[in-house]
Amino acid sequence: MTTLSPSRLRMPRFLSSRSERRELAAGLLFISPALIGFFLFTVYPILQSLYYSFTDYNILQPPVWVGLDNYVELLNDRVFVKSLTNTLFMVVIGLPVHLVFDFTVALLLNARIRGLPFFRTVFYLPSITPVVATAVLWAWLLNAQYGLINLLLDSLGLPMIGFLTDPNWTKPSLILMGAWYGGNTILIYLAALQDVPKELLEAAELDGANGWVKIWRVIIPMVSPVIFFTLVLNLIGYFQIFTEGWVLTATRSGSAGGPLNSLLFYAMYLYQNAFQFFKMGLASAQAWVLFLIVLSVTLILFRTSGWVYYRSEC
Amino acid sequence: MLTVQSTVYTSPIAKPAQPWRTFRRQYRRLGQAIAFTLCALLAVLYIFPFYWMIVTALKTDQQVFVWPPALWPATPQWQNFVEATRYIPFWLYMRNTLVICLITVVGTLISCTLIAYGFSRLRWPGRDAIFIIYLSTIMLPGQVTMIPLYVVFRNLGWVGTILPLVVPAFFGNAFFVFLLRQFFRTIPSELTDAARIDGANEFGILWHIMLPLTRPALFTVALFSFLNAYRDFLGPLVYLTEQSQWTISLGLQLFKNMYGAQWQLMMAASTLMMLPVIALFFVTQRTFVEGIATTGLNG
Repeated sequence: MTTLSPSRLRMPRFLSSRSERRELAAGLLFISPALIGFFLFTVYPILQSLYYSFTDYNILQPPVWVGLDNYVELLNDRVFVKSLTNTLFMVVIGLPVHLVFDFTVALLLNARIRGLPFFRTVFYLPSITPVVATAVLWAWLLNAQYGLINLLLDSLGLPMIGFLTDPNWTKPSLILMGAWYGGNTILIYLAALQDVPKELLEAAELDGANGWVKIWRVIIPMVSPVIFFTLVLNLIGYFQIFTEGWVLTATRSGSAGGPLNSLLFYAMYLYQNAFQFFKMGLASAQAWVLFLIVLSVTLILFRTSGWVYYRSEC
Repeated sequence: MLTVQSTVYTSPIAKPAQPWRTFRRQYRRLGQAIAFTLCALLAVLYIFPFYWMIVTALKTDQQVFVWPPALWPATPQWQNFVEATRYIPFWLYMRNTLVICLITVVGTLISCTLIAYGFSRLRWPGRDAIFIIYLSTIMLPGQVTMIPLYVVFRNLGWVGTILPLVVPAFFGNAFFVFLLRQFFRTIPSELTDAARIDGANEFGILWHIMLPLTRPALFTVALFSFLNAYRDFLGPLVYLTEQSQWTISLGLQLFKNMYGAQWQLMMAASTLMMLPVIALFFVTQRTFVEGIATTGLNG
């Protein structure tokens, strides 16, 4: 065992000994599927799509270089701008609403209530069901004329709402639907909350902190790395919303987007350009704009992550 | 009962603060009661859509539009489920889906265990830096790679086959590698070092020592990769151009288009699509919950 101690492996004579070279070879051999996959399915396509984004390419003929034309076309394309603002609406409003909701539910579950396993199951289950199946179900619940929610509103003497037909309501309806899928995040938060040291909470109590103060001054700082983690991953997911919007709005002719394109999301318009209109160059430009937006927002999140508190353990 | 005992037990120490403590305890009880009530209300809201789906699936096409809606149909139309599987080739689509899911699970398990072993149990220069780069690919939006990959698969003649959907699984998945690596790291290195001294090679160590000890983690990976493949919609939409190869998620779309107004059949088909997932969840609940806690936390 002593022969394998880390100090001996980090010798200054880098890769000089035979055993080290053998270790490197073994390591690379084991991760070779990842290495091949990384170059084949990540690096090559990223660079290739950057190249396509400067070309006119319909897949049948070879790509023709057009410079920045695709990017200029996107700027002047009102449908593209619409798909971007629709997506930003979900990111800026839907995402915070969902995370706050999920965190609140997790806090409730963490109050040492009875029947925790039951509640955990109930809140988690919708998040693993296929979106294709549940989107149809929600389309039925939110149906403008016969949907249960509208029938309830009507019986209470309230006006019925065109949840999926009124362009002002479609995105709020989607956010409502999305709250139902939050079980995954709820469980992540719950696990984090259960990890907050009891002594800290007791100490805060002795100092006279009430529930609200405990949440803001103890609990949230302690679980802030997990909040940050869910924020980053969900943000990237929200920028790529596709299935919900597609299943709710796709028509037989292949068009999608809902009333006044109010549910046309970025990934949907990209899909249409690529695989329905075969404008591969334009769609690649769309992909790269999305990539740059996601990258810069993620970087801003990391730069401004001073509020995240990392416990100095391990 | 327990609280009474603990009061008696701690009272000698905390005598002066006694009224304050009782107040605190009652306050907490009240909080728990409110939390329980809110959770119960929310649970009803969470379950109700499932319930409504099944109730709608059991109604006739006239009953679906009756107000006030029946909370349970007088004569449940169980044949709706049979009818739903006849109007679209439901079982063919289900079989296609399961074939894709199974190959994906096998590919993911093989590739991810090898990769995770290389990233956790072998010590080699540059390992951790490469791992970070590999892990960061999780954050890459799929749209950026989608078009060039489509072009490649098209040139290979793979469009219209399941190959573009299953082959990438054999080249690893950063998220599952991360999960397995977390588990591999919890196994004491003495175990593998001892085997190495005894002359075992790395594949032998992985197969005979690591895998038996990380069965729960492997199960988690299998489960989640199965679910991802089962729920996938965009992948099949892009690549499965032949209707005979469609998965159930594409098939459900066709169904919606054909019977735009026949909600009861759509709900029956949706229920049938969800059933395997829900059954799987109840059989393997522990794995699910633990899997999420681990991937979410040990970052």
